[in-house]
Amino acid sequence: MINENLSPLFLSLKIAGLSIIFVFITGVFLARFLSRREFFGKNVIEALFLLPLVLPPTVVGFGLLLIFGKNGFIGQWLLKYDIQLIFDWKGAVIASIIVSFPLMYQSASGAFKTIDERLENAALTMGASKWRVFLTVTLPLVWPGLLSGLVLAFARALGEFGATLMLAGYIPGRTDTIPLVIYFAVENGEMEKAYFWVAIIVALGFSTIMWLNWWTKHNVRRFEYEEKK
Amino acid sequence: MLSVTIHKRLQHFDLDVQFSVKDEIVVLFGPSGSGKTTILNNIAGLSHPDNGHIELNKRIFFMKKQKPLPVQKRRVGYLFQDYALFPHMTVEKNIYYGVGKKHSADHSETIRSIIEELGIEHLLSKYPKQISGGEKQRVALTRALATKPQLLLLDEPFSALDQATRLQCHEQLLSLHSKWNIPIILVTHNLEEAQKLGDRILFIERGKFIDSMEQTG
Repeated sequence: MINENLSPLFLSLKIAGLSIIFVFITGVFLARFLSRREFFGKNVIEALFLLPLVLPPTVVGFGLLLIFGKNGFIGQWLLKYDIQLIFDWKGAVIASIIVSFPLMYQSASGAFKTIDERLENAALTMGASKWRVFLTVTLPLVWPGLLSGLVLAFARALGEFGATLMLAGYIPGRTDTIPLVIYFAVENGEMEKAYFWVAIIVALGFSTIMWLNWWTKHNVRRFEYEEKK
Repeated sequence: MLSVTIHKRLQHFDLDVQFSVKDEIVVLFGPSGSGKTTILNNIAGLSHPDNGHIELNKRIFFMKKQKPLPVQKRRVGYLFQDYALFPHMTVEKNIYYGVGKKHSADHSETIRSIIEELGIEHLLSKYPKQISGGEKQRVALTRALATKPQLLLLDEPFSALDQATRLQCHEQLLSLHSKWNIPIILVTHNLEEAQKLGDRILFIERGKFIDSMEQTG
């Protein structure tokens, strides 16, 4: 069992890591942008952002196939540059981005709504630039919300199965992320292999949650309590 | 000298006011939702009139068909209702937030003297959650003055305080004003407070001044 090839672990971390960087930046930016604006059609846009959360992953995968497949409009365009997403780990990144984005967006959006605008206004009247206000006032106050969104989205990206299978398929050595390896191990009756990867992914998830709780306790509570002991 | 002309369409009525403030305390007195905070926000540059003119000591803040002066460049001290202290910073960090790293020794001396006058030295290392309402008020006032503003806006600064603390804060404000000599606009809906602190009281209702009162002595 120790001889197990660990490449699925590194592939999974690479895919989840790359997608989470993209999801974090766009999620935070869009949530901040939309949290302070009211306009016609905002509800429709937000519903579209959250749609992957309620759709079966296979439907998401099907949609992505239509868009990024050889006959899809983005897929055809990418082929001109010799980039193919189908049956490739890059396709798994796209699938992870789409399914994990709603979790990041929702957490960030909720966090930004809790900010008292007067705090930011006070900083502005004291001469701080908008960037400085964002970095020194807004960000530290929404950070706990962003972090929990980040962890949820990362976990979701790591565990992504349905859409990944439809878009990237299962190609050992190329698109075999941990969830796919587990599924096909069980299907082939390789229970030892399945146990091994289940243990890895449970340990990964468990330690992430433990770390998040620990971090929150040590860094967030500091200014929330009335009295410091 | 601050001079203000504001026309602005609000949700339920039109705000339509004109007034000027010398180095005195002018009180805006009126019921909630009569446009008082909007006036302060327009002067501070957090929102803008539809039309009008705002000018402080010959510096134009707002003028029709011109880009408004950004809020950061107006040098206006603004004390918000509920104080808006940054909860994640100590009192000291709050006070020095708007003071650049390269501030002069003279500047730090000014801040130290306000801290001393308001008696908040012992609070510097605490977080806003750990101090009382009256202390928060004093910290917020110090913070608003720390940037050496040329105008001070106070939005119901005493409404959350108990009677004894309120009286003490009144005295401190009057004393600070006699030293700083800058225009101060104070929003309140406590008439007794308005009469005690204001050199002039402007009565506002549904966006219009309906009366004014000069105070003597």
